[in-house]
Amino acid sequence: MNATMIRTRKLTRHFVVKKEKVEAVRDLDLHIESGEMVALLGPNGAGKSTTLRMLTTLLSPTSGTAEVAGYDVTTNQRGVRGRIGYIGQGNGAAHSQRGRDELVSQGRAYGMSVAAARARAAELISSLDLEGVADRIVSSLSGGQRRRLDIAMGLIHAPDLLFLDEPSTGLDPQNRANLQEHIHRLHAEHGTTIVLTTHYLEEADHLAERVIVIDHGRVIADDTPARLKADHAGDRIMLTFDHEDDARRGVAHSLGIAAPAHVEQDGARVLIEADGGAQLTPKLLLSLDGAGITVNSVEVARPTLDDVFLKLTGRSLREDAAIATPQSAITTSQENAA
Amino acid sequence: MSTNLITDTATVFSRELRPVLRNPFSVIFTMVQPLFFLALFAPLLPDGAGDESTLQWFIPGIVVMSCLFGTSATGSNLLYEIQTGSHERMLVSPLSRPALIMGRALKEIVPMFAQAAIIVVVTIPFGFRLHLAGAIIGLLILSVFCLGLGALSYTLALASKNQEWMFWAVQQTLIFPLLLLAGMLLPLDGGPGWLRALSRFNPLTYVVDAERALFSGEIATAAVAGGVVAAVAVAVVGLLIGTRAMRRA
Ligand SMILES: Nc1ncnc2c1ncn2[C@@H]1O[C@H](COP(=O)(O)OP(=O)(O)OP(=O)(O)O)[C@@H](O)[C@H]1O
Ligand SMILES: [Mg+2]
Repeated sequence: MNATMIRTRKLTRHFVVKKEKVEAVRDLDLHIESGEMVALLGPNGAGKSTTLRMLTTLLSPTSGTAEVAGYDVTTNQRGVRGRIGYIGQGNGAAHSQRGRDELVSQGRAYGMSVAAARARAAELISSLDLEGVADRIVSSLSGGQRRRLDIAMGLIHAPDLLFLDEPSTGLDPQNRANLQEHIHRLHAEHGTTIVLTTHYLEEADHLAERVIVIDHGRVIADDTPARLKADHAGDRIMLTFDHEDDARRGVAHSLGIAAPAHVEQDGARVLIEADGGAQLTPKLLLSLDGAGITVNSVEVARPTLDDVFLKLTGRSLREDAAIATPQSAITTSQENAA
Repeated sequence: MSTNLITDTATVFSRELRPVLRNPFSVIFTMVQPLFFLALFAPLLPDGAGDESTLQWFIPGIVVMSCLFGTSATGSNLLYEIQTGSHERMLVSPLSRPALIMGRALKEIVPMFAQAAIIVVVTIPFGFRLHLAGAIIGLLILSVFCLGLGALSYTLALASKNQEWMFWAVQQTLIFPLLLLAGMLLPLDGGPGWLRALSRFNPLTYVVDAERALFSGEIATAAVAGGVVAAVAVAVVGLLIGTRAMRRA
């Protein structure tokens, strides 16, 4: 399990767009071992796809080196290509073809016999729930069905190392959960090394054992989701009082009890950021009650990777996504307060 | 489990061919224009409609034209696959880069044969006389030309991946001068000197001349030798620059 799967040294890629230099990836030093499950997380344009495209030989680095599955991505591209699977942001299966045909030709491309490719295609079609549509022309499939077909295409040769660029974009929640389950099984049962990019924080949190946060082409954090959250963001306790006055007294009181890292007031609401929020909250409520300060409602939220990102960069990854969750409500109020 | 240039080419070729086999009528779509030329243009030629020698002269040109229209446009399929992402998926696979271009270009030969057969079958009732051996050799030469032209069309697609209009602009701009300068629709014999001089630089001229000789049964002629040289030259150039473009894609 300890063999190196990916190692990059000062991997860099520039683009020149209208005479302006875009530094898509800068001095990336990455070390990923065999059997790891890694998520690259970052906002649009952070350099995630560019990184994957260099690691999969689709793009040559401007400078620096990368070794993938034991081969150098510039000097032995064929070696790399034979060992990896890649599921890009687009559709792997051509729209003018039938899904099953594309799966078989994909198997052939990786050196499988026709019989083996057919058998493997049938297996993937059933496990990705594509039976009803695999023999239809790809352009007639729904976006989610196409995405599942893409996944099947990338898995046909059961690679040791699999890259996925935003695998679940465009899937409904149920299919997203299925896909995550599939990726998880692949990792758990076959020890496949997985490197994926995602915009879904929950996905990175739930799936990855290691999250690499990228911003402006650089790695700004790299750890397990739990450690990232512990190191960069505390639990969030949101107290709502009846009056702004109560809130003000509540702030003073809370500071006395918890000596929390961070307390903020926004009108009748108080946000406390601290470790061990679940244990702290009952104490806090009792003590506030004892002091005669009435708490109207309380909400405790575990930190999310978005909180981590916000801490690290001062920006939220969420933008307009998933506004309905309580975490983002707190994030929003915190942004307003800041 | 091992793959090489030949198995890779076979993989790409059969993948390309599959939609054609699944939907054979697609072969006819690119033929519509040549068939119109045949029906509406042939009667205007100097010798008048139904004349045997006119048809004998005109049909080989229409066969080449039909190949020219279909094959020069084939890059648009690749362009579409570049946009939707499936070309990227093939680039990540270990398929050899020459195979990616060769397998695709070789596929063009299949509709070319089918279209030639249709044109011949349709015109025999009107008096076209088929010299089978010559015609088969003619189509083999045309196959080599097709391979090169297909590779060039794919090269154009790779070069215009960020601006689709460029593919069609270049293809449309080149196709008619090439076609007219090859004397495909009208004989150039009576044309001005500069036109005939220009046509000598058009490889298609030699291919068309060779097809005319072969379709009327003249096999061992200088025209045929010229056609072979021109077709091979187009194929070599097409595959070389096509492979280079694919390596850089
Ligand atoms: N082919 C290209 N030509 C020019 N600029 C490019 C090219 N590919 C990427 N870039 C630029 O490089 C930067 C990084 O892009 P990249 O696609 O790697 O981002 P990303 O993290 O994958 O973003 P997203 O989440 O939107 O997929 C962006 O500024 C992008 O505009
Ligand atoms: Mg991307």
